[in-house]
Amino acid sequence: MTSRSAITAHLQKYIWLYILLLPGLTYLIIFKYGPMYGVIIAFKDFRLARGIWGSEWIGFENFHYLFTSKTFFLVFKNSIILSLLTLICGFPAPLILALLLNEFRLQTYKRAIQSVLYLPHFISWVVVAGIVISFLSPGRGVVSHIVSFLGWEPQAYLLSSDHFRAILILSGIWKGAGWGTIVYLAALSGIDQNLYEAAIIDGVNRFQRVWYVTIPGIASTVVVLLILSMGGILSNGFEQIYMLYSPMVYNVADVFETYTFRVGLMEGRFSYGTAVGVFQSFVGMILILVTNAIARRLGEQGLW
Amino acid sequence: MVRRLQSVSFDDLIMNVLAYGTVTLFAVTTVYPFWNILVVSISDYESYIMNPLMLWPREVDLGAYFKVFESNTILICYKNTILVTFGGVGIGLFLTVTMAYPLSKRELKGRPFFMVLLVITMLFNGGLIPNFYLVRALGLLDTLWALILTQALTAFNVILMKNFFAAIPQSLDDSARMDGASYPMILWQVVLPLSKAVLATIGLFLAVMYWNGLLSSMVYIESREKWPLQLFLREIIASARALENMTQGNLAEAASRPVAPVTLQYAVLMISIVPILFIYPFLQKHFAKGVLLGAIKG
Repeated sequence: MTSRSAITAHLQKYIWLYILLLPGLTYLIIFKYGPMYGVIIAFKDFRLARGIWGSEWIGFENFHYLFTSKTFFLVFKNSIILSLLTLICGFPAPLILALLLNEFRLQTYKRAIQSVLYLPHFISWVVVAGIVISFLSPGRGVVSHIVSFLGWEPQAYLLSSDHFRAILILSGIWKGAGWGTIVYLAALSGIDQNLYEAAIIDGVNRFQRVWYVTIPGIASTVVVLLILSMGGILSNGFEQIYMLYSPMVYNVADVFETYTFRVGLMEGRFSYGTAVGVFQSFVGMILILVTNAIARRLGEQGLW
Repeated sequence: MVRRLQSVSFDDLIMNVLAYGTVTLFAVTTVYPFWNILVVSISDYESYIMNPLMLWPREVDLGAYFKVFESNTILICYKNTILVTFGGVGIGLFLTVTMAYPLSKRELKGRPFFMVLLVITMLFNGGLIPNFYLVRALGLLDTLWALILTQALTAFNVILMKNFFAAIPQSLDDSARMDGASYPMILWQVVLPLSKAVLATIGLFLAVMYWNGLLSSMVYIESREKWPLQLFLREIIASARALENMTQGNLAEAASRPVAPVTLQYAVLMISIVPILFIYPFLQKHFAKGVLLGAIKG
């Protein structure tokens, strides 16, 4: 098989498969592996004018600085707290919505509702932030209007460290929970209908059917998604937080994405910013590999 | 049949109230902001001050929309976003299809290697600054190409499409091969016509990403004439927020402006989401199907 003629014969037959692969491969090498090579910036005293090669090696100096920096630990803490809150409050939301949608008997109404629920997924965070900011405006926002109608004093919620995390979580649920139901609805549609028929004949009520048939039917999907979301525990997404936060709430809202952006690009500390990014990406990779291994150990499919 | 024999029991009633009630409430919460910004954007500012919750315009006032189109900034930004979105969807789909098709073929030697190469890009990325430096080194800084090219291909989309292609019966390929068709011809004439759902899904994913993306534009674009819509929106929102903080508690001052920030802001928001609202119903049946195909193993 490895003889030259065999290779020629193989290529003659299948050459187009390799040609088709070329544009994508070239793309990966330039735009995905190029920046990976660029992480050596983190180990250099990088100057734009000198380029990567011309800049001097400084080894782990940036990482040393990183691990002794107070801001870095604040960012680390904020990232994890926010992710955990999102996991605890945000993760169940699409699951509950999907379970309730599954109980709908009016199929036309169900489809109409689904169209509505998916919609916010398609709107940019800039737009959502615009809505959130003006709804929460203490002077004349919708929320303040309701709050003062209920007899409380409206506050500048976006400027308050006590409220900021809740705003992030709630706006995240508003935007993402509906879209998140898709995966569960797919799993729900795979449940054998005979199980329900059998349960009905056994005289099991609606709630027991959900508990004994529906939930076990999608448990594996839930477990996989839960485990995989553990892999993203350091990532919180840039745009939502960037659009909503302000220096007043950095103490709870500054996460890796926003910190890298500010320090690396705005302040021009390229090497240090890269080091922060490398740390986040590296730890994230380990988390994904570990959680994926756990998912497989538990007999689930895993990510690949 | 079985169900019809039963009368509506108590637990059925409770479950229906719970399910329809909760989900409908959530749906109303979802729709309300869209409705509210539409209504406010076509109202005068005074009505908004009187009742920001408004569900219906007291009288229609399109002043905010005229004001937005007074300068051609929004048109330029719109044009840039459309260019980036069309360019990105075209190039992205081309790269995704041409990469996914060979990867779906057993005949491809080194397939596991190529798959690993692909999956690594899901696990690790260079991060913001190496990407910025790459774009700068390629001379793409402050061009729309930077936005198009840096995001065109993602491993997730390739894998989704590869799985879809792999599910198409191999016999179709084989018989076309027998007839002397080359792989690109098979891909174009046999495979792609069968793949409309996944093409629509990934095309929609890409379009939404390009239309809505903010971070890349902030990193790669400087000159205002190259601003996409989201940067313009961000500026409008940021200045409205600053103004709001300045005129805090001074409603008269804010209301005295010809077109006040909120109505103007909402008009711009509406203008930016209208295309999505229009395309969305047509693509919905496709993406529901397409996502389901790749949802479990994604």
